[in-house]
Amino acid sequence: MAKKMLEVNQLTTKYITRQGEDVYSVDHVSLDIEEGKSLGIAGESGCGKSTLALSLMGYYFAPLHYTSGTIKVDGKDITGLDPDVVRKTVLGTDVAYIPQAAMNALNPTRKVGKFIEDVIFAHELPMDKKQIREMAEQRFAKLGLPVDALDKHSVELSGGMRQRVVIAVSTILNPKVLIADEPSSALDVTSQKMVIKMMKDMMAEGMVKSMIFITHELPLLYNVTDDIMVMYAGQIVERGSAKEMVFDPIHPYSRGLMRSILVPEEGTRDVKLPARRPT
Amino acid sequence: MKHTLKNVFHSPRFLVGFIIFMTILLTVLIYPYFVQRDPLQGLGKGFLSPGTYVSVYDTNNAGTYRVELPEANDNRLEASVPVKDRQTMLDYLTAMGADVSGLDTSNENFHALLEAWNANYDEADAKKNKYDGFATQAKRNELRRLNNRLTSDVTAAMSVTKGEGEAATVASVATSDYVKVSEVANSISLPLGTDNFGRDTLTELVKATGISLLVGLIAGSIATLLGLLVGLLAGYVGGIVDDILMFIANIFTVIPGFVLLILIYSALGAESRGITTCAVIIGITSWVWTARSVRSQVISLRNRDHVNLSKLSGHSLFRIVTTDILPYIMSYVVMAFILQVSSGILAEAQLSMLGLGPNPNELPTLGLMMNWAKLFGAYTSSNAWWAYFPVILVIALISFSLNLMNTGLDQVFNPTLRD
Amino acid sequence: MKTNEEKNVQLEDKRESVTFGSDRNKDFSKEPMCLSGRGVTRVFHTGKTTTVAVDHVDFDFHKGELISIVGESGSGKTTLSKMLLGLLEPTEGEIFFKDKPRDISSGAKKKEYWQGIQAIFQDPFSSYNVFHKIDSVLLDCINMRGGKNLPKEKKYEMMAEACSFVNLKFAELTNKYPFELSGGQMQRLMIARIFLLKPDILLADEPTSMIDACSRATILDMLLNLRNETGMTVIFITHDIGLAYYISDSVYIMEHGKFVESGKPDEVMLHPKAAYTKRLISDVPKIHEPWDLSTVEFH
Repeated sequence: MAKKMLEVNQLTTKYITRQGEDVYSVDHVSLDIEEGKSLGIAGESGCGKSTLALSLMGYYFAPLHYTSGTIKVDGKDITGLDPDVVRKTVLGTDVAYIPQAAMNALNPTRKVGKFIEDVIFAHELPMDKKQIREMAEQRFAKLGLPVDALDKHSVELSGGMRQRVVIAVSTILNPKVLIADEPSSALDVTSQKMVIKMMKDMMAEGMVKSMIFITHELPLLYNVTDDIMVMYAGQIVERGSAKEMVFDPIHPYSRGLMRSILVPEEGTRDVKLPARRPT
Repeated sequence: MKHTLKNVFHSPRFLVGFIIFMTILLTVLIYPYFVQRDPLQGLGKGFLSPGTYVSVYDTNNAGTYRVELPEANDNRLEASVPVKDRQTMLDYLTAMGADVSGLDTSNENFHALLEAWNANYDEADAKKNKYDGFATQAKRNELRRLNNRLTSDVTAAMSVTKGEGEAATVASVATSDYVKVSEVANSISLPLGTDNFGRDTLTELVKATGISLLVGLIAGSIATLLGLLVGLLAGYVGGIVDDILMFIANIFTVIPGFVLLILIYSALGAESRGITTCAVIIGITSWVWTARSVRSQVISLRNRDHVNLSKLSGHSLFRIVTTDILPYIMSYVVMAFILQVSSGILAEAQLSMLGLGPNPNELPTLGLMMNWAKLFGAYTSSNAWWAYFPVILVIALISFSLNLMNTGLDQVFNPTLRD
Repeated sequence: MKTNEEKNVQLEDKRESVTFGSDRNKDFSKEPMCLSGRGVTRVFHTGKTTTVAVDHVDFDFHKGELISIVGESGSGKTTLSKMLLGLLEPTEGEIFFKDKPRDISSGAKKKEYWQGIQAIFQDPFSSYNVFHKIDSVLLDCINMRGGKNLPKEKKYEMMAEACSFVNLKFAELTNKYPFELSGGQMQRLMIARIFLLKPDILLADEPTSMIDACSRATILDMLLNLRNETGMTVIFITHDIGLAYYISDSVYIMEHGKFVESGKPDEVMLHPKAAYTKRLISDVPKIHEPWDLSTVEFH
């Protein structure tokens, strides 16, 4: 049996609103991913999938608060750690996170190579600038990124290239779990395909041991991940292999979701879309 | 609308600013009903310090009362020879080597001190640079003045304490005779004293605050209306109208507004500068930044979907501007208006301070009061703090309260500042 | 916090299917022309740079047809939609409305043109004036279509009818503001507006891109119902190729301000001829055919 890269047990996190109310946006979620596997999380907006991504890092800041449950990365429990410890020892090495607008999160005044130095220095690894540069060049060449991108500012790169660079920078320390929250939804389809191809290459090369991919685009999820999990109102509704989930979901909610997939393929024009009765 | 108002008053900053501002405004409105005095009427000569003034002449015609006040003598003594002076006497005696044992500054021992002084003080001696601590001319002059006082004024006060209540100087007034202040025909309370012209500073200040608020209100309204009109037109109509209006706005931005104000003011001459004229001039020189920010807001609103839908519905330009654009920027305009009022008041104060304010013979303004205080040396020679400090305080409070209200509104209306 | 039972109640399978017109492959070329354009071009000048947003496009939209204009961001589809709506004038070329050259040179003529065209935009939250209540939004539509002097009861009846068409209860909406509704409900209210206005052409600019997948079908269903009932032409602007394939009668693919391909959805989507369309179709993730990543070239 393959090694479990990520094991989450009954994780519950909440938001405290301005009015002081608790909103449990991740509600007793349990999941696990084996080494070399990827898990997709699907759901409508507001179902808690982005909050789940944030919660899985073990790094909480207001208004998000940890309530209960455990997160184990490769057997190591990362819940209840001091935020500083999490930042130094968990983020980047155990868990890497790519947020939705990652490509616009780069400081436009710094060159791409500097970001890699920042990552290495933040983890206090024994490397000098020359070694870092060498490593970065190797990594970029392997991932099909132009090496001269290291000497460019982020604004000089196209949107798709910027997103791939961000992913390459955040996985430079070979994290055990990569959490990607809608990494390609702001891109055109061609750049999206490149991003996905690169992420799949990284998985195959072992640069990333396992992956969680969050998106609302179901056809994309079907093609990217091994398993798909459907979330609704902070809870997991159903989990299964990608094929099972898309073609034979059991839960009525996931059935409705999957039947609303629209793709430009022969025969799909004649199916009937389920229309949820308006609430 | 109701909801917004509720939110606004839930903002602590706005509330504090509003309370301060309303207190000032209510004072301005109510005060004239209690003190119906012309704010520019001279009451005395020069700076009178704060206090209640009783006509000496009229006390004769007031009823006389016998009041046995145990500490009356001590009070008189303290009023004529304060402890500070007694200490000086003691220091002098010590310095010249007299026997000071048993002497101190208390009231009981004052006779002994005075006797020792009379025995030892020698003007010729004191003139010489003889004793430690009394080396300077100023110190020796102080000694001389003190001696004069002791020999002339104090004798009256002293004489009563000498014997058993007998007045040494012949007077028809007994030491225990008192008059009731409210029975004195002419008395006046001056909580903030008078200015150099002898005008009651408080009455003047209240009137000046009212006038300055009015100037701010007129200037702010003109600037906001002008800015709003230019901004709406330039932003919504766009094209050549935008170019022309922004060209004018650019000219106003490039010419330093304050210099322009000074030039216009001095060109008009003091006689023809009424309050309204001043306010209008301040207003028409400060609309630019309101216009600019309204324009940029309108431009971003112009391309919003609801405006496009309104256009598709065939509504007229006037209706689109008034119902689909104006309500969205109204909160912003209110905030701009508050700031314009505040800066109008400050601009008036600055100009008047420089002597370019409205005609000083008609009405006081906060700036004019500062100007007078400066011209007649309230800051320096007279040390009459009451002539300028309250004015500064009021200007600061008005400005502070208006800005506080503005940031409070900003917190309510600007979602990015909400925490 | 909702309990599990409450959630399950919401999740109960209360779905209907989307209904289409009788014939999914109807030939619209014999229908009268509604909107057409020849050589329509729009150039923008910003400083010294000149951008050709829409570059000599020709199109023919027939009565009752549902046309999709598909393009990625920056393809010029928003500029084209603004020109179709008459919010922007083309710098070159001519647009024909019901076979006559469209004239929007003056305010009065614009108003006349706008009697015949309406729009639903992408973002329901910015489509409403937040200071107007729902009843005044709908009342405005009745007044605009000459119902100003109708009795109050009649107006109420019309508004209630429009709301029930989009499955909203008018009685619950009076005295409410649009922003108190959910995104899907707001978009449905937009359709109720169109129902009252009954224009010849409806331009829907990504009306479902900010709506959840499950509510999307409902909105599409209502749009199609509206089209079937009133026979209006619907111009659907989208970047979602799957969606365009599913709902449209004819498709225009747009790239860099030009239509690279147009035709029936089956022809365009399943047998694309233009290189751009081929690439686009092959890059869209699919679920029946394999999505080939091995051919990806990094650049």
